[in-house]
Amino acid sequence: MFLSIAIFIPFLIAIFIPFIYKRVPNRNIGWFVLVVPVLLFLFLASHIPTVAEGKTTIHTFRWIESAGIHFTTYLDGLSLIFGLLISGVGSLVILYSIYYLSEREALGRFYVYLLLFMGAMLGVVFSDNMMVLYVFWELTSISSFLLIAFWYHRKKSRYGAQKSMLITVTGGIGMLAGFVMLQSLTGTFSVRETIQVIDQYTGEGLFIAAMSLVLLGAFTKSAQFPFHIWLPDAMEAPTPVSAYLHSATMVKAGIYLVARFTPIFGGEKIWFYAICCVGIFTLFLGSFNAVRQTDLKALLAYSTISQLGLIMSLIGLGSAATAQGMSTQSAIFVQATFAALFHLVNHSTFKGALFMVVGILDHELGTRDVRRLGGLMAFMPVTFTIALIGSFSMAGLPPFNGFLSKEMFFEAMLSLRGLDLFSLGAWGAIFPVIAWVASIFTFVYSMIIVFQTFFGEHHPERIERPAHEAKPGMLIAPSVLATFIIGIFFFPNLIGDYLLRPAVKGLYPTLSNVESMIPAITVWHGFNTALWMTIGVIILGVVLYWRLHSWKGIYTAAPMRLNLDTMYNGLLLKTEEGASSITRFYMTGYLRDYVVYIFTFFILIVGGVFFTNGSFSIDLSNDAPIAANEYIIIFVMMGASIAIIFAKSRKTAIILNGVLGYAIAILFVVFRAPDLALTQIVVETVTTALFLLCFYFLPEWKMEKLPKPTKLVNGLIAVSAGVIVTVIALAAQGNKLFESVSVYFENAYDLAGGKNIVNTILGDFRAFDTMLEVVVLFIAGIGVFTLIKLKAGKEERDVEDQ
Amino acid sequence: METLITILIGVLVTVAVYLLLSRSLIRVILGSAILSHAVHLLLMTMGGLKKGGVPLIGEDNSTFTDALPQALILTAIVISFAVTAFLLVLAYRTYKETGQDNLDALRGFEDE
Amino acid sequence: MKINDVILQTVTKIVVFIILTFGVELFLSGHNNPGGGFIGGLVLSSAFVLLYLVYDIETVQKGIPFDFKKIAAIGVLLAVGSGTGSMLFGSEFLTHTFSEFTLPVFGATELGTVVLFEAGVALTVVGVVVTIILSISEDV
Repeated sequence: MFLSIAIFIPFLIAIFIPFIYKRVPNRNIGWFVLVVPVLLFLFLASHIPTVAEGKTTIHTFRWIESAGIHFTTYLDGLSLIFGLLISGVGSLVILYSIYYLSEREALGRFYVYLLLFMGAMLGVVFSDNMMVLYVFWELTSISSFLLIAFWYHRKKSRYGAQKSMLITVTGGIGMLAGFVMLQSLTGTFSVRETIQVIDQYTGEGLFIAAMSLVLLGAFTKSAQFPFHIWLPDAMEAPTPVSAYLHSATMVKAGIYLVARFTPIFGGEKIWFYAICCVGIFTLFLGSFNAVRQTDLKALLAYSTISQLGLIMSLIGLGSAATAQGMSTQSAIFVQATFAALFHLVNHSTFKGALFMVVGILDHELGTRDVRRLGGLMAFMPVTFTIALIGSFSMAGLPPFNGFLSKEMFFEAMLSLRGLDLFSLGAWGAIFPVIAWVASIFTFVYSMIIVFQTFFGEHHPERIERPAHEAKPGMLIAPSVLATFIIGIFFFPNLIGDYLLRPAVKGLYPTLSNVESMIPAITVWHGFNTALWMTIGVIILGVVLYWRLHSWKGIYTAAPMRLNLDTMYNGLLLKTEEGASSITRFYMTGYLRDYVVYIFTFFILIVGGVFFTNGSFSIDLSNDAPIAANEYIIIFVMMGASIAIIFAKSRKTAIILNGVLGYAIAILFVVFRAPDLALTQIVVETVTTALFLLCFYFLPEWKMEKLPKPTKLVNGLIAVSAGVIVTVIALAAQGNKLFESVSVYFENAYDLAGGKNIVNTILGDFRAFDTMLEVVVLFIAGIGVFTLIKLKAGKEERDVEDQ
Repeated sequence: METLITILIGVLVTVAVYLLLSRSLIRVILGSAILSHAVHLLLMTMGGLKKGGVPLIGEDNSTFTDALPQALILTAIVISFAVTAFLLVLAYRTYKETGQDNLDALRGFEDE
Repeated sequence: MKINDVILQTVTKIVVFIILTFGVELFLSGHNNPGGGFIGGLVLSSAFVLLYLVYDIETVQKGIPFDFKKIAAIGVLLAVGSGTGSMLFGSEFLTHTFSEFTLPVFGATELGTVVLFEAGVALTVVGVVVTIILSISEDV
């Protein structure tokens, strides 16, 4: 209950931010915003003891019964860990933003977007209903789009925002299709209920399709190969945003999704292979590419890609536990999952700290280009310390938390050797090798961050502003994270027992005593293979870093030109060109063409169906008799209407149109419709007056000098449209398929207290129509008024283009 | 009666479509006005013509003509009035801004 | 719009009141006889339009100092609001009710909440029609 409300608190506060910002138009607005994640964090933290005991909380707001969509929140270990990350890192990021963002920026907008994201992300992790989850999922993409494009006047920001939006939303829509497929199999949108019943459906064809689509969603969001290309471009966002969305939380939504759906898809070979292979390859690709970056933020982006791949591969490995059931092997997989979640937390701490460090460098020195920085240790001792802690943790060195999870990662990968699992065979040995190579590169780029920035020669002329330490306020948030990095190393079992074990349990709801399979985290395991691997990483890493200049050539030598980014750009360009050429082809800009389309379509489709079905059975026996005066009216109308076409002056045309209108009023009298006749007369009068009023300003109409063929075509279309309408109307009259519903309205006096049936329909039975009609009328009135009164200045186009 | 009215509707539709296809703004507006006349008559005819008394309870009728089309037409008349008015003003403003009432000359920007 | 015609002006003075009365009569009789919000509104507005055509705008504005846009807005508000009123009593949106009352002058009279709705319709029609005509004729 409270949890459901908690999700909406950020949205609610976001509504008020613009008003508060009007009152407090400076950086202090951040303090108001900060309250939200702090309170959320405390609220979620208060659940830690109950969740650690293995209790879960479910609350449902019934919503759309017919579609099976309900607002269900589900709190278990897995969602709690993400919730704490979102609110915890969120608090630190907002604290950091207060000092990072200049007061000249649109701070109100920034915090609205940030709160929007926070609410959406909480919604993703706590929703049990897939449809609700999907909506929040896309909301995170949208808020990410808005935040990346925060400096929308920059072309690169807009490009990055668009790219991330296109890629993640494409995946999101795929995921939606996957959810719908799952629902069509199981009949429920609830994740928990699906887990209960999924065993019966694993053989269905749709099952694999649904799995692939869900994976598509997860991979695009978590920047896995080949969808990782959006993440480096997303670095155009303000640095707090990069720290928050693009390293700590949003990109982990994909990991959350995979974890959450592991009980559903986990037993499948494809699921295992797809996640493990994509993950491990992304790990390698990310770390390999990170080394060549010169922009520190880009380096961190690639590093994030790589770390996400690491976590992904571990989760993939862990999914096998669902297939194995309870066996000796499943302990390995459960431990892999444990390692994944552990690294996920650790990554958020050290990557968050590093992003904030880079933000500080950028903010204080005006550059984050690693080639222009150097020797900053003396000027920025605190920043340097934090950077050192973060980087060494990322490199997997003790005494930092990264060391622990990296060791566990190595152990998990090593255990793949010789496993008899999904016909893995000897290929299992490749995983630890790739993992090891990737870790070497990780070590190298971690060293680049520390040594190339803070050691070496200082070049004051290369940086925009003289080097100095940042304001204390900016250092608080990264210092807190750095404290966590060290704290977790020394007391790993604190979060292991209270957060990670319940989370693992939440990940495997179908397995019973998973907790017993997880040993306590220990810093020292003796000299096992994993430790030797780490030692190897350090030695080789140092060598490679030392000789960096001599082997960096491979980045330019390799055929890097044919990369995914150029493919993406090309695809985008071709799609745009294709779409615009198709649109140009039929959107000619001539009204006549559009009218021609409409009526040709009408003639061909409606008329065509009529002719091919042979639906003509015209029955004229039921016709009412015609009096002589009625003949006169009707023939006058026909004559008048045809004469309009040939009218020499517009006044004649208007008078003829008036003749038509009044004649129709007379017909209404004949047809026993007094209300209509009255209305028609008045409307016709006012319309004619309106026409004449406008004619006062409009030019006299000229006879149309159309070329013969055009005239012929027009005439042909007009005549065919008229004929088809006539024929259909005749056929419809001859075949009354249903009794008229109007008998019901004849009880008007009893039902609505009125004797005029037409008016009771308007005012009572179908009052909704009338109400909306009144609204339409009003809109038309306002439209006319604005068209005339508001004369926009002409040359105000092309405001933005840079 | 129904047949004759239906033929009249056909004629009105033909005229309306022909006017809609022309170049002059005023003709197009007239076309849409005539088209709505045609549709009103069509709705009327679909309910049956002269099949009963005026739909007022308390008159000396035992049967009533179909009231539903009448209610629909009443709505449609007012809406078509609003549309015509809006189109007229649009035409008027267009002419004032561009000095054109020829739709072919009013084609959008070439570079778009 | 420069029309200066003594006969027209004199006739209009009388006719306008006849039209206005007729409009109100049509509006009120709507539930049991031909008439109702639309027609009533249209007839009322035609009276105003006639005034504007015969006299110049300034003169009329002195006599009828309404902003017709606001009248239209009030009409929409009334039409929609009369629908929401029923929701307060737990019925569906736009449910109307009616019953017989005995009033001193009129005798047994039937009153229905639908008249509020119809009044909204009528006001909107008057407001919109006059706004349209006025906007065009003012913009010379």
